[in-house]
Amino acid sequence: MMTAPITATPEPAATPAAERSATPAVVPHPAAPTRNAAAEQAAANQRIAMRRRTEIAARIAAPLLGILVFLTAWYAISTMGSIPGPAKTWEAAKVVFGDPTYKNGPNDQGIAWKVLGSLERVGIGFGLAALVGIPLGFVIGRFLFLRNMAEPVISLLRPVSPLAWLPIGLLVFKGAAPAAIWTIFISSIWPMVINTAVGVQRVPQDYLNVARVLNLSEWKVFSKILFPAVLPYMLTGVRLSIGVAWLVIVAAEMLTGGVGLGFWVWDEWNNLKVENIIIAIFVIGIIGLALEYTLLMIAKRWQYD
Amino acid sequence: MERYLHIEQAGMIFETRQGAFTALRDINLEIQKGEFVTLIGHSGCGKSTLLNLIAGLTLPTSGYLFLSERQIGGPGPDRGVVFQNHSLLPWLTCFENIHLAVERVFAEKESKAQLRERTQKALEMVGLTQAAEKRPHEISGGMKQRVGIARALAMEPKVLLLDEPFGALDALTRAKLQDELMRIVAATGSTVVMVTHDVDEAVLLADRVVMMTNGPAATIGEILSIDLPRPRERLAMASEPRYLAARKAVLEFLYQKQLKAA
Repeated sequence: MMTAPITATPEPAATPAAERSATPAVVPHPAAPTRNAAAEQAAANQRIAMRRRTEIAARIAAPLLGILVFLTAWYAISTMGSIPGPAKTWEAAKVVFGDPTYKNGPNDQGIAWKVLGSLERVGIGFGLAALVGIPLGFVIGRFLFLRNMAEPVISLLRPVSPLAWLPIGLLVFKGAAPAAIWTIFISSIWPMVINTAVGVQRVPQDYLNVARVLNLSEWKVFSKILFPAVLPYMLTGVRLSIGVAWLVIVAAEMLTGGVGLGFWVWDEWNNLKVENIIIAIFVIGIIGLALEYTLLMIAKRWQYD
Repeated sequence: MERYLHIEQAGMIFETRQGAFTALRDINLEIQKGEFVTLIGHSGCGKSTLLNLIAGLTLPTSGYLFLSERQIGGPGPDRGVVFQNHSLLPWLTCFENIHLAVERVFAEKESKAQLRERTQKALEMVGLTQAAEKRPHEISGGMKQRVGIARALAMEPKVLLLDEPFGALDALTRAKLQDELMRIVAATGSTVVMVTHDVDEAVLLADRVVMMTNGPAATIGEILSIDLPRPRERLAMASEPRYLAARKAVLEFLYQKQLKAA
């Protein structure tokens, strides 16, 4: 702040030493003569607009091209024999989606019911997991002793394949439906526990110092500092958990039956209607994508920076 | 005379993996009500540690600190702290950030309308009425520090503690905020302890500059009184002999007596 202003140009060597005073030489700097500024600006704008158009075109073209390659590969494989091609699948899809809400008895219902059935199981299993996992994560993150207690158990249980839990569920709950929900619960709980706990540990010390300096009450610390700071981590955990739950439901339903996408896949395999299996795969993929995208959007809402 | 903030033989030893580390020793300092004191020293000299002791964020391993004859045993709203990296809560607006502090201190005695008015006044004082509903990431670094100062002052603390509050700002913004801080302190009559590593900042703002020796086991080396009238005008100071002499004294302390191998 107190440094001497930098001189704009070096002083000419010819200046006698006596003429140099303590005040630095400040040389006014006239603006360069203006050329045809307006025309240059317009040309630049045109170049920018052109580049933007090319970029947008490329961004639309690339995914379309990707899908085209995928369909071609699918078609090529289908010509080799057992797998139905895109056209045959499309015809089957028109039938499936033509009457999505029919009900012919407990095990033969339209696609909409199947989707709803699967979503319901995922919703209940995941909801229970959130109800238990998020508070558990907070507690584990806050208290070192509990963290050290929980760590070995979580490390042991987390890598267990979801379906290994199914027999335990069948045994304890004596029914296929609660066993499927149990499987969802136990396999989707871990990302929420772990992410929430990590979030609690990563609350910046600065924020906690603010809490200490202001001497905030425990409830204020939780509601104004801890919870908002942990929320982004928690939502990441929720997103990962839903992903796991959706992966697991198909497998669980294959084994437990009932109205749902997983059982549908298995049923159509028994009927040897492979095109319906392919439709199921697409439906599962699209719903998984939609769940992921929705949660990403929710998480974005809670990003602060 | 009643002692305001005073520190008696304070020392701080940290327990590290490598064993005990003496950060501060034999700190003795008295600060009068309404005084502006700056702490300066090379990095690692424990000036922030000393500030944290006054804030009560850490407790000394030896010696005592008193504020208005009461021993400091922990952090409290009678000491407003402005941190180097502003530490505003990013999910609250500027208004809410300040209101959180106001609420904590005055909620028992005042109505909601009065609390809102206090918050509004604090924003006004730092010239940020327009930014009330903005979130911290939407405003500049200088504005964030101003909100931090407003938050600390809105609690009407006995002492305002500033930990290199302008360290992360560019030189021009820093100068502007220094002027503003001088104006606010003059208007409120606050007692201020400010940690800085900027010689000009230390001299321009302070009634006394406390110079610290190099760590480990740092202590107060010299204390320089700055007997310049207020308000101090930045440009006038550039050619004020007393200012330049004070500046030179601090520079000599830092670069001759306490020269540190980089």
